[in-house]
Amino acid sequence: MKTADAKKQRTLSAETWRRFKKNKLALSGMIVLLALVLIALSTIVIDLVTDNAIYNNKVIKQNLRLRLQGPSKDHIFGLDEFGRDIFMRMIWAVRYSLFMGTIAIALSTIVGVILGSIAGYYGKVTDNIIMRFMDVLLAIPSMLLATAIVAALGTSLTNVLIAIAISYVPTFARTVRASVLTIKDQEFIEAARAIGASDLRIIFKYILPNSMAPLIVQATLGVAGAILSIAGLSFLGLGIQPPTPEWGSMLSSARSYIREGWHITVIPGLGIMITILALNVMGDGLRDALDPRLKN
Amino acid sequence: MMIPVLLGVTFIVFFIMSLTPGDPAAIILGDQASAESLAQKRIELGLDKPLLVRYASYMGNLFRGDLGLSYRNQLSVAEQVWDKFPNTAILAIAGILVALLIGIPVGILSAKKQYTFMDNSSMVLSLIGVSMPNFWLGLLLSLLFALKLGWLPSQGMGSGFFGLLRSLVLPALTLGTGVAATVVRMTRSSMLEVIRQDYISTARAKGITEKQVTNKHMLKNALIPIVTAVGLQFGHLLGGAMLTETIFSWPGLGRLMVDSITSKDIPMVLGAVIFMAVMFSFVNLLVDILYAFLDPRIKSQYKGKKAAAKKEVFA
Amino acid sequence: MSTVDELIRIENLTVHYETDDAVVHALNDISLSMKKGETLGLVGETGAGKTTLARSILRLIPSPPGIIKSGRIFFEGKDMLTLSEAQMRSIRGNSISMIFQDPMTSLNPVMSVGDQIMEVVEAHNKALGKEEMEKQALSMLEMVGIPASRSHEYPHQFSGGMKQRVIIAIALACNPILLIADEPTTALDVTIQAQVLDMITALKNRLNTAMLLITHDLGVVAQNCDRVAIMYAGQIIELGTLSDIFKRPTHPYTKGLLGSIPSLNKEVKRLSPIKGMMPDPTDLPPGCKFAPRCQYASEVCKQDVPPSYQVSTTHQVRCILAREEVHNG
Repeated sequence: MKTADAKKQRTLSAETWRRFKKNKLALSGMIVLLALVLIALSTIVIDLVTDNAIYNNKVIKQNLRLRLQGPSKDHIFGLDEFGRDIFMRMIWAVRYSLFMGTIAIALSTIVGVILGSIAGYYGKVTDNIIMRFMDVLLAIPSMLLATAIVAALGTSLTNVLIAIAISYVPTFARTVRASVLTIKDQEFIEAARAIGASDLRIIFKYILPNSMAPLIVQATLGVAGAILSIAGLSFLGLGIQPPTPEWGSMLSSARSYIREGWHITVIPGLGIMITILALNVMGDGLRDALDPRLKN
Repeated sequence: MMIPVLLGVTFIVFFIMSLTPGDPAAIILGDQASAESLAQKRIELGLDKPLLVRYASYMGNLFRGDLGLSYRNQLSVAEQVWDKFPNTAILAIAGILVALLIGIPVGILSAKKQYTFMDNSSMVLSLIGVSMPNFWLGLLLSLLFALKLGWLPSQGMGSGFFGLLRSLVLPALTLGTGVAATVVRMTRSSMLEVIRQDYISTARAKGITEKQVTNKHMLKNALIPIVTAVGLQFGHLLGGAMLTETIFSWPGLGRLMVDSITSKDIPMVLGAVIFMAVMFSFVNLLVDILYAFLDPRIKSQYKGKKAAAKKEVFA
Repeated sequence: MSTVDELIRIENLTVHYETDDAVVHALNDISLSMKKGETLGLVGETGAGKTTLARSILRLIPSPPGIIKSGRIFFEGKDMLTLSEAQMRSIRGNSISMIFQDPMTSLNPVMSVGDQIMEVVEAHNKALGKEEMEKQALSMLEMVGIPASRSHEYPHQFSGGMKQRVIIAIALACNPILLIADEPTTALDVTIQAQVLDMITALKNRLNTAMLLITHDLGVVAQNCDRVAIMYAGQIIELGTLSDIFKRPTHPYTKGLLGSIPSLNKEVKRLSPIKGMMPDPTDLPPGCKFAPRCQYASEVCKQDVPPSYQVSTTHQVRCILAREEVHNG
């Protein structure tokens, strides 16, 4: 006797993943991103293992005789104004943009989640104070805020991270607060309180898991924005300093040598664009997968 | 409601800039200055007083239109900011115009012809537009149209009507493209929402032309969320202006700010950032007013609040 | 049916929605006609095709998925399905009007109610001056019981029942000969329902407008209609006068519908619903569409689509059981 197949008990994340997979564009975005993460990680490993040998010899070593050469068999992306191999620099630059963007957003998310859940859960005066503060931060365009912070505190990696993290806090705080407000009046929260659960436990165990969906989408798109901001700051000379390879600063030097060859201008920008494109399609795909009702 | 936010903004920026290490007196007087003159300069600048006092006197001056003196050239910050601001305003307006004139029609068409080739290609293009760093676009445009083809100038702000217009094209396109891409997506999704509404069926059942349906029924409703979004985009525009003005050597506030940062000219940076933040807040206020104007449901809320407030005052 | 006062005649109308996944057979060979000034009730469950039929008359079916496969709709001497879009537009809101189901969302939120009425007047009376149009719009408002002073107000400032009245004012503003009302009171409170229906009927009688009243509520039908058509799975399975249907229901589905109404008078221990569900419109059974649920179904029923039998001059039934009635009656 053949037993009928029981309907597969799909968890929420499995269902979301299934929907996400159907979106070919989003899926390819994710694959590109994974490839970039792999590249970044391998450069870190290589540096550790070779004790920065490759970094010193291939990425930052100058070779002024051959400067500004276009793409060739030996150097598929050509050489920059200091004779450095652009391909190698591109590969080594991945980790700065990617990881810095991610860390900045991770910091931002943590602070935003804390502020947003406190504001949403406790309401009234606390909510008011926190949200006014968020309004103030939002009133300053993020690039300006980041610039001001970097201008004041200097152009170190940490400062750039802090600057960008701060500018994204209001977005996350608002998102979490909105979720919290929706959920906190539902009956299962009352039930939890009735059995004596503490506020902290309620927030962490019941409210936050239900707020994850919009947060994840915002975070993905936030990383894209953060990478753009980092590149922009570096372009202005306010972010990552040479000779460290970073796409924005590579474009900055391209400014002076724009006539000498298209490769210095086009290639680093392409790197930024592909990364951000991948993050954006992935973020869009996540948004559609997490709530298919929103999809047109 | 806006005033406390602006006060908060000024305080935060002031606070951030006050954290700058280094000695402003040394920047102004140079390294060779004697210790006494440095000390005297510091007192002159009020640097010996606590933060809040300095903030209060800064704000006091601000209301009188005095933003202090630039460390670099000892000239009035307010004057320089005011001098450069119109150029940035021209660029920003041009950018927004580009964004709206391209973005809204494309968005409308994409929504009406959903899933066709036109829709799909505009979605792809707007995705690329949103993902492209605007300073890269500026460089590419500069490379192609100014350097290779020589059609348009790559630097500076032209004089005379046509000179201005010619020099405005590339920077405006650079600044506006990213916003345009966002506008396309927003317009499309807003229109799609509106198209499926029942009142559109009612409108069609009246026997009016499709054009009338689009303009009087679809657009009027779809524009409301778009207007709000564009207002927020203005902030990105101001940030992007820094980059665009740098690439095209456009003599605006953005470039002034970048130069001031590299030379550690704190009062100038402070003045420029505050000015831009205030401009942003005003634009958002305008958007709120426009929003109430467009949507009678919000207008009613405002009227209701005003009436309630009046009652309280006169009760 | 004399053709002298025949208003509209639908012949063998078949409409599909063709999507990537499947084809929805929304209307299957519908034939129907209406006399001037009469009220025809169109009854059926959700999904029977009532709204599709209503929209097909005015050709308001969304055209990428929706296709009119075959049939003819005769109105004012012409087959409407051959008319151009411009010609259709001059009919919509003018000689044939339609009101939709949910009054809460059927009005443009950013236009005043006065303007929305004026819009339909303007569309079909280009020669009229602005003042004349305004006067007409205001008089329509008054006719539906809304003071003219409120014509500058917006839809959100009115209740559901009043919104529906505005919609009726829009529909009747150009004095149409046919009004199609798609469940006009379903979304309203019961007390308001009666008010609105009474008003529609009064106006309709005053202006001598015919009405196609779509509803799933047999009570509404009993109180307002002259004739009734029962729809099932995209077909009209029974058509007749009010007394034909309520006193002499012939089709098993109709009998089931009437039997499933709870009665205030009789003592009934249990409700008797009709077993089963309406078939999936993408996968209709080959023969009679009701056969899977019918207790009288035979092999013939499952294979051949029964034609419509004329049980009396006014009464048609799409069921082979009716064949005996025709022989007997």
